[in-house]
Amino acid sequence: MSDISWLVPVILTVITASTPLLLAATGELVVEKSGVLNLGVEGMMVVGAVAAFATASSTGSAVLAILAGLAAGAAVASVFGFLTLGLVANQVATGLALTIFGIGFSALIGAGYVGYALEPLPKLDIPVLNDLPFVGPILFGHDALVYFSFAALVGVSWFLYRSRAGLVLRAVGESHDSAHSIGYPVLRIRFLAILFGGAMSGLGGAYLSLSYTPMWAENMTAGRGWIALALVVFSTWRPGRLLLGAYMFGAITILQLHAQSAGIGVPSQVMSMLPYLATIAVLVAISRDATKIRLNAPGCLGKVFHPAR
Amino acid sequence: MPIQKCVGPRLAQEMGLKPIEQNNQGKNGLDSPLLTLDGVVKRFPGCLANDNVDLVVRKGEIRALLGENGAGKSTLVKIIYGLLAADEGRITWRGEPVTIEGPAVARDMGIAMVFQHFSLFETMTVLENILLAMPKGTSPAELRERVVRISRDYGLPLDPGRHVHTMSVGERQRIEIVRCLLLDPSLLILDEPTSVLTPQEAISLFSTLRQIAREGRAILYISHKLEEVKALCHTATVLRAGRVVAECNPSETSARAMAELMIGDRPQSAERGDDERSGQIRLTVKGLTLAAADQFGTDLQDISFGVAEGEILGIAGVAGNGQRELMEALSGEGPALEDPHAILIEGAAAGQLGPAARRRLGAAFVPEERIDHGSVQNMTLSENAFLTAFRRLGLTRLGLIDRPRTRGYARQVIDGFDVRASGTEAEARSLSGGNLQKFIVGREILQEPRILVIAQPTWGVDAGAAAAIHQALIDLARRGCSVLVISQDLDEIFAICDRIAVLSDGKLSEPRPIQAVSVDEVGLLMGGLHDMAAIPEAGGREASLG
Repeated sequence: MSDISWLVPVILTVITASTPLLLAATGELVVEKSGVLNLGVEGMMVVGAVAAFATASSTGSAVLAILAGLAAGAAVASVFGFLTLGLVANQVATGLALTIFGIGFSALIGAGYVGYALEPLPKLDIPVLNDLPFVGPILFGHDALVYFSFAALVGVSWFLYRSRAGLVLRAVGESHDSAHSIGYPVLRIRFLAILFGGAMSGLGGAYLSLSYTPMWAENMTAGRGWIALALVVFSTWRPGRLLLGAYMFGAITILQLHAQSAGIGVPSQVMSMLPYLATIAVLVAISRDATKIRLNAPGCLGKVFHPAR
Repeated sequence: MPIQKCVGPRLAQEMGLKPIEQNNQGKNGLDSPLLTLDGVVKRFPGCLANDNVDLVVRKGEIRALLGENGAGKSTLVKIIYGLLAADEGRITWRGEPVTIEGPAVARDMGIAMVFQHFSLFETMTVLENILLAMPKGTSPAELRERVVRISRDYGLPLDPGRHVHTMSVGERQRIEIVRCLLLDPSLLILDEPTSVLTPQEAISLFSTLRQIAREGRAILYISHKLEEVKALCHTATVLRAGRVVAECNPSETSARAMAELMIGDRPQSAERGDDERSGQIRLTVKGLTLAAADQFGTDLQDISFGVAEGEILGIAGVAGNGQRELMEALSGEGPALEDPHAILIEGAAAGQLGPAARRRLGAAFVPEERIDHGSVQNMTLSENAFLTAFRRLGLTRLGLIDRPRTRGYARQVIDGFDVRASGTEAEARSLSGGNLQKFIVGREILQEPRILVIAQPTWGVDAGAAAAIHQALIDLARRGCSVLVISQDLDEIFAICDRIAVLSDGKLSEPRPIQAVSVDEVGLLMGGLHDMAAIPEAGGREASLG
């Protein structure tokens, strides 16, 4: 087994690189399925990251830190919800503003925390199972958020495609006028979806500052929110492909880092582009069927809902 | 004056419709009103949609709501269904004053509605669409059985697993009706329900509605087809310009009198010249075979016909028998055909051309879907007019839009076709369905095309406007245009067409002169090959009449 043991740390880093993307993208999937385009994922993630880090360093409690990340993301999202649903502001402009606001606001809050480091989140440690060669650390050597990210994706798939509430949410995203006319509270459903999306983005940010790199640095999400957004679209709003996309992106990010450190003769800038290019290429290649896209894309994505027109 | 032509008495008679006996409960006044509206007022910017409307609906009553496009019927039923809030007035339900805050409240009270523009979710299946309107906790498996049962009982065939976006307008309406029937409502509102049904389907729907009324439920029935109202409804409320202008008993009032109440003056029925048409063939379709785009579509099989100069050819048939595919193939919206010579426009092979190129050859098209295909909802009427007319009418100058001329053309369409709109700069979405249809039809006709292909020309348009559109089509043909009408409305086809063919299951019958066929024959050809549970009874009745 020793010949492939070098793979274990690589796979572990791939998982840690993919988890924040998966968390945020799962949240945004629900938001977009309800017909709302929230471009503020990056902003909600970074605020979640700073809130989690600040809470962890002042209370020392990982549970409170995770809850703080969730709450902070949801709080920022509620501003978005109020502006776009309550005041009928443009979703694209509001989302962009939210990202810019989140980056600035988190820098302000986090100014006093720069340079400190935390203990990473505790890993699940099951004595016998964890000692299994190869599969032990890969299956059982993670912190709770990694397992949660999978559970959340499975839960969201079940919710969207098996539960009645999910059917209603998809109906609202498909045609808000029709949903309204058969009596569903379009704005309330969308607001709840936005809150869920914000909480999941906040959690993705919290994972970054609590586990991936347990420290705070200004703008530490470094564009991951945008990747999560792109993943939702390129996966044509399908949970399975979202998982594939998030892990492909994580894997190529890590592999190109290893390749760079191994010193292959390709400019590092080109290598850094690889995750983006490869992920987009693969997701575009597997989703060329226009009918399937039409069946999965929310019909009212980004459209303003005017009741009683 | 042959007013009856535009309201279709022949069809109604041949369908075996008889005015049914007056509702005894209502007449004796024993039954308290189910729904009462008192002085309902609804204002929109620049328009008084409902002006002090009073309305009483009793249990077991089928009440017609009659009125022209824009008379305020849809607004009124939207208020009843909770989609709009009245500005003034009181609503009483089962003797209690109520505020209907939303459709969910209305449905809990027992009010269900079939919309004119369907409230369906296109990317979902029939079953999911119906499930959404059911109470929480409905089991999908059990619902599937109920849907299959109800759709069979009422002659509204539906496949619960099909996706709505693959279905035609007529099929979509079946979903809406089944969805309402499943809710077991006390008051059922239907907005133009028969406009896309075959005679046989209409007969079976009417027997369904009568059965529903006998069960003690009330029905509010919006229709422009006066003969249907006469045959089906116990009472009628006539609206004009937002006001109630009359209450009448349709079985005792002539269709002509009701039409006059509605419009204020007599509608003109289309008058056909009987001049010879032996000109050249402008539109030729030869051996058109086309596999459907998806598994739910209909394959077109070896379709051939020609439309001569000055002729109106009607293609009848139930929705879902290839109409959509044929229209897409003719207009160039669909994929290019294998054989470019399968469609000849003025002799030129057009089978692989796009819509714009076909328009340049002299053809014009009015698609069935006025919202998605016929107009851009967020653009103004003048912009919508420009989109199809700019080349033929030269509405550009140095490559830029010639605004004054474009507005002038839109104004010409609005005036010529009596489009009720606030002006040429009104957004297309602000028009009611019938008015938008008048605008789209007018926009194409006034371009003087040499070939016009038009699908469901008067769907959702009131009797007066329908007659005007019919007359415009006939006049256009007289000026030498070849007109192809694809319609489910047999009255319409019999009123204006010179020849008729029936499209059934993707195959087109031999076009025959209109004088040589009867409504029965065509109706049976349309419905007979279709999977309709209610055919035997209706067919039997028709056979005895024929």
